[in-house]
Amino acid sequence: MLSILTGTAANRRTAIASGVGLAVILVVAFLAAGAVGPAIVVAVINASIRNMVPIAFGALSGIFSERSGIVNIGIEGMMLMAAYVGFMINVALSVPGVSPILQTEPVRLGLSILGGVLAGGILGLFHALLSIRYRVDQIISGTVINMLALGLTGYFYLPGATTLGRLPPVVVNPFSADSGILFWLGEILFKKGIITYLMFALVIASTIGLFRTVWGLRTRAVGEHPRAADTLGINVHRLQYRNLFFSGCLAGLGGVFLTLEAVGTFERGMTNGRGFIALAVMIFGKWHPLGAAAGALLFGFATALQGQLQFFNINVPHQFVGMLPYLLTVIVLAGFVGRARPPAHVGKPYEIE
Amino acid sequence: MAGNNMRNGDVVLEIRGITKHFPGVLANDNVNLTLKKGEILALLGENGAGKSTLMNIVYGLYRADSGQVLLRNQEAHFASPREAIHSGIGMVHQHFQLIPVMSVAENVVLGEEVTSGAFLDRKEAVRHVRELSEQYKLRVDPDAIIEELPVGTQQRVEIIKALYRHAEILILDEPTAVLTPQEVDELFKIMRDLADRGVSIIFITHKLKEVLTIAHRIVVMRDGQVVGEATPAESTPESLAAMMVGREVLLRVQRGPAHPQDTVLDVIGLSALDDRHHHAVRDVSFSVRSGEVLGVAGVQGNGQTELVEVLTGLRHATAGRVIIHGEDLTNTSPRSVTSSGTGHVPEDRRRFGMVDNYTVAENLVLNSYYDLPFSVPPTARTLPVVMAGYIGIFLAFFAVLASIWGALWSSALWSLTLGLFGIQDVESASREAMNGPNMVELIVMLVMVLVIGYLAHRFTMWVLRRLQKAAGKPLRFGKKDRGLVLDHRQIDQHAVGLVEQFDIRTPDVDTHAGSLSGGNQQKMVVAREFGRKPRLLVAAQPTRGIDVGSIEFIHQQIIAQRDAGAAVLLVSAELDEIVALSDRIVVMYKGEIVATVDADKVTREQLGLLMAGASAEDVLGVRAA
Ligand SMILES: Nc1ncnc2c1ncn2[C@@H]1O[C@H](COP(=O)(O)OP(=O)(O)OP(=O)(O)O)[C@@H](O)[C@H]1O
Ligand SMILES: [Mg+2]
Repeated sequence: MLSILTGTAANRRTAIASGVGLAVILVVAFLAAGAVGPAIVVAVINASIRNMVPIAFGALSGIFSERSGIVNIGIEGMMLMAAYVGFMINVALSVPGVSPILQTEPVRLGLSILGGVLAGGILGLFHALLSIRYRVDQIISGTVINMLALGLTGYFYLPGATTLGRLPPVVVNPFSADSGILFWLGEILFKKGIITYLMFALVIASTIGLFRTVWGLRTRAVGEHPRAADTLGINVHRLQYRNLFFSGCLAGLGGVFLTLEAVGTFERGMTNGRGFIALAVMIFGKWHPLGAAAGALLFGFATALQGQLQFFNINVPHQFVGMLPYLLTVIVLAGFVGRARPPAHVGKPYEIE
Repeated sequence: MAGNNMRNGDVVLEIRGITKHFPGVLANDNVNLTLKKGEILALLGENGAGKSTLMNIVYGLYRADSGQVLLRNQEAHFASPREAIHSGIGMVHQHFQLIPVMSVAENVVLGEEVTSGAFLDRKEAVRHVRELSEQYKLRVDPDAIIEELPVGTQQRVEIIKALYRHAEILILDEPTAVLTPQEVDELFKIMRDLADRGVSIIFITHKLKEVLTIAHRIVVMRDGQVVGEATPAESTPESLAAMMVGREVLLRVQRGPAHPQDTVLDVIGLSALDDRHHHAVRDVSFSVRSGEVLGVAGVQGNGQTELVEVLTGLRHATAGRVIIHGEDLTNTSPRSVTSSGTGHVPEDRRRFGMVDNYTVAENLVLNSYYDLPFSVPPTARTLPVVMAGYIGIFLAFFAVLASIWGALWSSALWSLTLGLFGIQDVESASREAMNGPNMVELIVMLVMVLVIGYLAHRFTMWVLRRLQKAAGKPLRFGKKDRGLVLDHRQIDQHAVGLVEQFDIRTPDVDTHAGSLSGGNQQKMVVAREFGRKPRLLVAAQPTRGIDVGSIEFIHQQIIAQRDAGAAVLLVSAELDEIVALSDRIVVMYKGEIVATVDADKVTREQLGLLMAGASAEDVLGVRAA
């Protein structure tokens, strides 16, 4: 299975490192369960996953775009826009008087998710248009998207808007509280919203996609050496447009997770830098979906831990405790992952003739 | 495929009246050309004659301004390489188009992938490559990663790429420039084999001997036009050279005896590792004196590359010392080697010799931009003084303007001005100013600051230049105190001079270096390194990819540098070049120097044996006996 998911030796190493990291976390969790009781451990794990989801989507978004040669620092803005649009569609469909069919949970939330994701995708295409067609510096184009999203969503923000509810868990825990370890495992594996499961599925799907399909081979070729791809008859720009759309959609999923699954409402600037953390995680994960997912999980874990620490009355200013996730992520990933090598042609526009 | 019913000798490709302009250059000027089935057609021409451009048009990468391409008697319009590939055209580019981090098989199938369902079929791809490699005797491991392969093998991958796409017309743009003689022989065997199977080949090269060996027919281009056609039987290297350049070319270097003086470069017990951490240079010692050319002969890949990199500060030495002009420069920086008066023509010009996105003028000062006359005062250490001067002048200007302003304040003119901007009276204007920034005032202020600032700058520079003239020397404190401002006029003048002197074919000096033809890029690097009158010249493959006329010129320049007192270390894979230019020759084999000989006391055959690893006693002893 592992060999299906990975490509070259370097990629394989990333995947193995991710696996080892996961195993270590599990062992620690098991030991901790003995010390502080399973309830807290399960709570921390669930919080880790919850924090991980938007970061992982953001990192996937970055991978799609950078693997095809375009730097995307607009992930933050794409997430925010998607979070807003998804939420507003939910709000609009929730007002009394809308046809009851549209208000049923699957339709209402399905349309909200779709709308939010499309909003992200459109911003992705906009980024592609600016950086390919108009050759705007890709960093600047990404910044434009971030500011645009922040400004627009801030301006049109409706305080106090309410909805008929957010995404419910897909399945309930089938085990009863007295079935021991099975119950706790169930608490982790079930009781999650659809977007969380989708995230895990997409991490695996994009790994297979990148390293095992024609699309993936071409994408990587374009990110490494667009001219070579061009001489072999690959339409470089079309591929970049398409991948940037996917990239925006992935960031969009991260955004709608916040407003439709995790929180349920929208706040100004609610992505709060997750798009940038996602970029860091993508780099530490060496532009590999599995590496990025592992990095996102680590960050989520550190954030959850920090949340728990705030409950204990330790005599440290909370600002320092708040730094913990960032510090831990940087130290662990920088210390253990080693030097990463970005796609060779990322950030430079490819001009034909 | 459409061409299968054609027989050897039928015309498969016809180029009619192709014309192509680039900004400032007419790269192809009404070019006509035919190619027959199973034919090997050599395309010759000076650097910048338009050979690569013409081939890129045929391949669909560039679009011609006018003219037609006829493929098997049918007009073909290729909007992209994809269409050319589908019509059976394959091209191996002058600069390889391979993705370094991917495997051979991946590179080969890219764009025409074998799939099973939605997935890549790796096994099938590998099998395909292996099959092709056996069928055409192109040895290569399908699973190897491109960046770990020697250039000769990368070349084979490029050919396999074309064959995989069933190319019936194969364009090879300077395929032999980076190959060793053995690899060239192998390539020729492959080419003959392909031609026998009905593949038509267009072969671009600058090496006239190769043309005479392999071609069936020869077409010569100059300045974008086809100027002649010949067959190998009726041609000699001299006649081809004359046709290319338009005048007689001396294919032999004229040089007098050397007059070596003091030792300039002393290399003592030097060792170094290559990129894969193998021992590439082992305990090498030699010295080069001013006024002599020391040639380093050897089959490529025997440590010459690494040796040059260590000498020029690009690679770490694991043992030994490099002494230039009595100064120990082992493991210092390339900059300190350069400042010691060393010129370096690197083997890989695109990686170490030039910056694609810089202009020709900028590329021509890469080794000296930080020095006079290109960097001008203020210098790092005079900067505080200059800044103080700026501020002083600025304040003075401002004081003058402020007093004029003050005078205006009460004058009729002032209220008139205010009226123009629609402001009623002085009091309301100042009230507005108190309430917040007034756009009009802000803009006026900004413009004033800019104008005064510019005047202050001009004035300061004028004073500095005056002072410098009066002092009769640059205003700087010590050797390391360098100018902070680039003088673009000087840089451009310098470039214009070198472009003229070294005959670099470029529309102007502001053209991006990346758009020059391959040979002209090389000439640009040579011009920069030779133009500075170096005391030590390290030249690695200085004539790679260069036409015969320019080779003649560069060879003359090398001898001229020698006669002007430079010490020259010449590394070349061309035995001809080594023999023609060197006063003394060292032979490298497996990272060691296996022999040091005087150039006039050794034959080419002996050198060949030494390069192949025969022991010095055997080879040179036989001669003595
Ligand atoms: N992409 C480009 N943009 C602008 N000018 C170009 C471009 N490509 C080539 N040229 C110019 O067109 C002319 C012909 O170049 P070309 O590369 O065809 O020469 P060549 O015959 O292949 O020379 P060489 O033997 O040095 O490779 C040169 O003057 C070159 O500067
Ligand atoms: Mg060329």
